[in-house]
Amino acid sequence: MPDAVLFVKHVIGPVVVVAPLLLLALLGLTSLFGRPLSERATSRACQAAIAAGLAAAVAVLVLMLATGERHVPVDFGNWVSIEHQHGGGPAHYHFAVKFVFDRLSVPFVILTFILCGTIAAFTTKYLHREPGYNRFFVLYALFLVGMVTAALAGTIETLFTGWEMVGLSSALLVAFFQERPAPARNGLRVWVVYRVSDAALLVAAVVMHHLTGEGDFAALLGVDRAHPWPEGHTTVSTGQAFGVGLLLLVAAAGKSALVPFSGWLPRAMEGPTPSSAVFYGALSVHLGAYLLLRVSPLLVVSPWLGVAVVALGLSTALFAYLAGSVQTDIKSALSFASLAQVGVIVAEVGAGCWYEFFWYVALVHLLGHASLRTLQFVRAPSLLQDYRTLENAIGARLPRTPGPWARLAPPGVRAWFYRLAVERGYFDALLAEYVVGPFLDLFRRFDRLERRWTDFLAGQDTPAADAAKARPHARPRRIEELP
Amino acid sequence: MNPFSPPWLELAVLVPLLGAACVGWMRQPLVAFRWGLAFTGTSLACALVACLGYFAGHGAAAPGWGLLPPAHGRPALALDELSAPLLPVVALLHFLTALATARTKMRRFSFAWSLASESIRLAVFGCREPWLLVGFLIVGTVPPLVELVNRGRSVRVYALHMGLFVVLLPLGWAFVDTDGGHQDQTAWASLPLLAAVLIRSGAFPLHCWLTDWFENASFGNALLFVTPLTGVYAAVRLVLPVAPDWVLQGLGLFSLFTAVYAAGMALVQTEGRRFFAYLFLSHSSVVLVGLEMHTSISLTGALCLWFSVVLSLGGFGLTLRALEARFGRLSLVGYRGLYEHSPALAVCFLVTGLASVGFPGTLGYVATELLVDGCVEAGPHVGAAVVLAAALNGIAVLRAYFLLFTGTRHVSTVSLNMGLRERIAVLTLTALILGGGLVPQPNVTSRSLAADAVLRDRKARVSEPDAEPDDDLPPAVK
Repeated sequence: MPDAVLFVKHVIGPVVVVAPLLLLALLGLTSLFGRPLSERATSRACQAAIAAGLAAAVAVLVLMLATGERHVPVDFGNWVSIEHQHGGGPAHYHFAVKFVFDRLSVPFVILTFILCGTIAAFTTKYLHREPGYNRFFVLYALFLVGMVTAALAGTIETLFTGWEMVGLSSALLVAFFQERPAPARNGLRVWVVYRVSDAALLVAAVVMHHLTGEGDFAALLGVDRAHPWPEGHTTVSTGQAFGVGLLLLVAAAGKSALVPFSGWLPRAMEGPTPSSAVFYGALSVHLGAYLLLRVSPLLVVSPWLGVAVVALGLSTALFAYLAGSVQTDIKSALSFASLAQVGVIVAEVGAGCWYEFFWYVALVHLLGHASLRTLQFVRAPSLLQDYRTLENAIGARLPRTPGPWARLAPPGVRAWFYRLAVERGYFDALLAEYVVGPFLDLFRRFDRLERRWTDFLAGQDTPAADAAKARPHARPRRIEELP
Repeated sequence: MNPFSPPWLELAVLVPLLGAACVGWMRQPLVAFRWGLAFTGTSLACALVACLGYFAGHGAAAPGWGLLPPAHGRPALALDELSAPLLPVVALLHFLTALATARTKMRRFSFAWSLASESIRLAVFGCREPWLLVGFLIVGTVPPLVELVNRGRSVRVYALHMGLFVVLLPLGWAFVDTDGGHQDQTAWASLPLLAAVLIRSGAFPLHCWLTDWFENASFGNALLFVTPLTGVYAAVRLVLPVAPDWVLQGLGLFSLFTAVYAAGMALVQTEGRRFFAYLFLSHSSVVLVGLEMHTSISLTGALCLWFSVVLSLGGFGLTLRALEARFGRLSLVGYRGLYEHSPALAVCFLVTGLASVGFPGTLGYVATELLVDGCVEAGPHVGAAVVLAAALNGIAVLRAYFLLFTGTRHVSTVSLNMGLRERIAVLTLTALILGGGLVPQPNVTSRSLAADAVLRDRKARVSEPDAEPDDDLPPAVK
């Protein structure tokens, strides 16, 4: 093994991971002990961590290009391992912490550092003297750690760790403006979808562990030094690949807001613009697509999985195009535009099942789209000013030309599609009416029954029952309406 | 002199008992608090030294030091791999609960009864002689009854359930054949034991005493009575070693249903205490599910999760208690907007709550992974149900966080931030949760050894009629 590769494994590679971790430890611990850093110190800490991480990631890329090495694992060993009973035997459970630098992870982690660095610089000004400045950066650091961990993960458990961190930071940032109930409701909504996604990924991780005896992507997907991504060949059967792949598809759908989970994406725009830009416009919304790219060798084994991925991607793109066409605020319009592209990227990943070339297309599409969308999001607050400048320059209102559908489709059809788009495909309503509503109703009935039963046993009303009687509100049906 | 020679374990049990007798005479709440804190702190120190002594290879006190008469030629109280780390954790929980008691609540929180309960609880966790353990478990149900009577609340729900427990537990154990080499026990032994453990753990449908207890007792005592998971300890000591497979399957089935049911119930609660009670119920049931699988991985996962639940839900409960001390009973009906007043409480609420559902970097993360891994091995539906319960609990925790800490800012003319004692208490637990989460191997190794010891004991007694207990069993499980 060349010295340069050893240098990556033992020196530069760990820096990529450790730099964001140190940032999180610094910001998190000072906040926990009630001594948050000043704005200036926070900003400098972010700059230092991002610069160190980015420099190390670029150095890894340069060294890999120079040596021709396309797969460099950085193994931190077993975080947890359990030996056989009475000891001595090989480990029969282990939780390995392993990161992999390859053609998929290196561009994505560089993108993560660049976009997070840009957003940190933007936010330093944007949230200057805001009461939640420190809170934003703690969550930002958590997000950065999660993204880097998920991007470089060499085992499914490591990926899951990053995945959860991204989810929590995103949900809490949606509720950033916490003096209003709407952001909190939307934050909870995002969290609910993320928990479904997390649950699917956790089950997939455990199933993969059982199929291959370990959660290492090298064992499951057959990616190693001789067969770097995307040339891996998995040894699992078609049925197993389809089963695990479907679980991963649910996880990806939740994280990337694919149908039917798309409803959370425009709600996430309640958060501050920088978090909308970096989380929902650029990075976390692509994490589902990235997961599918990472497990792409499974698609080769199971063409039906490829069909499912393509179908889900295309239907998401179509839905997002329709819904995005009728949005009246810039952040919602951008979020649906972003979703449409994510749908196309997912479809490209699915198409890679037949033509491997599409995986590269998807990766390049993802990188370009994330960069463009970040720019659009951070420019969004000044869009009206831009419009005004343009209109002043031309001396008239900007022209509004009708779209092609105005000429091609009959009015009735257009009205139907319009309603469908305004209601965002009725996905939210259907989930609320037929999944969340009945679920909550059922448990509220159980709750009332239990209170009656306890009161009967006690021979008197319990304090909570008294309090409930004193508050005769109508019960909310949907989870986001939960007071 | 060997520093581990004195009977630290027995001292850990007797010091709070002595403290209860002394503090009971004190009429000034502040004086009672200070003395109570001193006694419970001393007990914690003794428990800690006893634990260190065990891991340093000094499992028992030196001859002549014993304070309690031996039972069947063996010391009445002794630590083993299972109980050694649990004992100081239980003592720590008592100490921190006493420490974090707000001045406004000192009059209502009975330090004397709390110390008496601590003594009994430590005796339970330091005891492995079945009949003695049964006795301690029965005695342990008395202080809560006294608490309810003293507060003038209805005792019927608690008394009905605990009455059943008190009858069924000794009845079941009386019929158990403990000699070993028997693959089955009579229904007279199995059914009462199963029912007793289910009642004490609060499994559906015998769980209503737990919500009633939380609603009627002081939050501190309610927390201390349930959080150490005494019912699970009874299951590990009395049921797991001797119960036939069908009993464990029954236990697992009830627990699995309770885990999901309680998680769903936690999601719709409109009052803070009931929310906590259901959250706790779901977690304790998940631990019981892991026991039922009785495989090395699932049992290790369950024991790790037990440790995590005690610390994380202990910290979560203390945070809720601190909130209650400021704002009264916590309603989960509207957004309270408490963040700006007490950001430290908000952070602790989030950290301890997320730790309880196994968020990465916390003590519960690896435990949940291990448990789910063990459960999937037993059956995909079991693994899926455990994952579902964890997902619902996670949603319930964040929902409560949003309801309590977001919304229009609560207006107050006085500072409502965390006091120093509360901060120390919750930060201590947070440090343990995060420290144990970042370096999980020592805990996992210890719990794995405990799981192997329990399984070997069970194997010797149940699975192989002619087998003798292994020679390499730790002394405490022989």
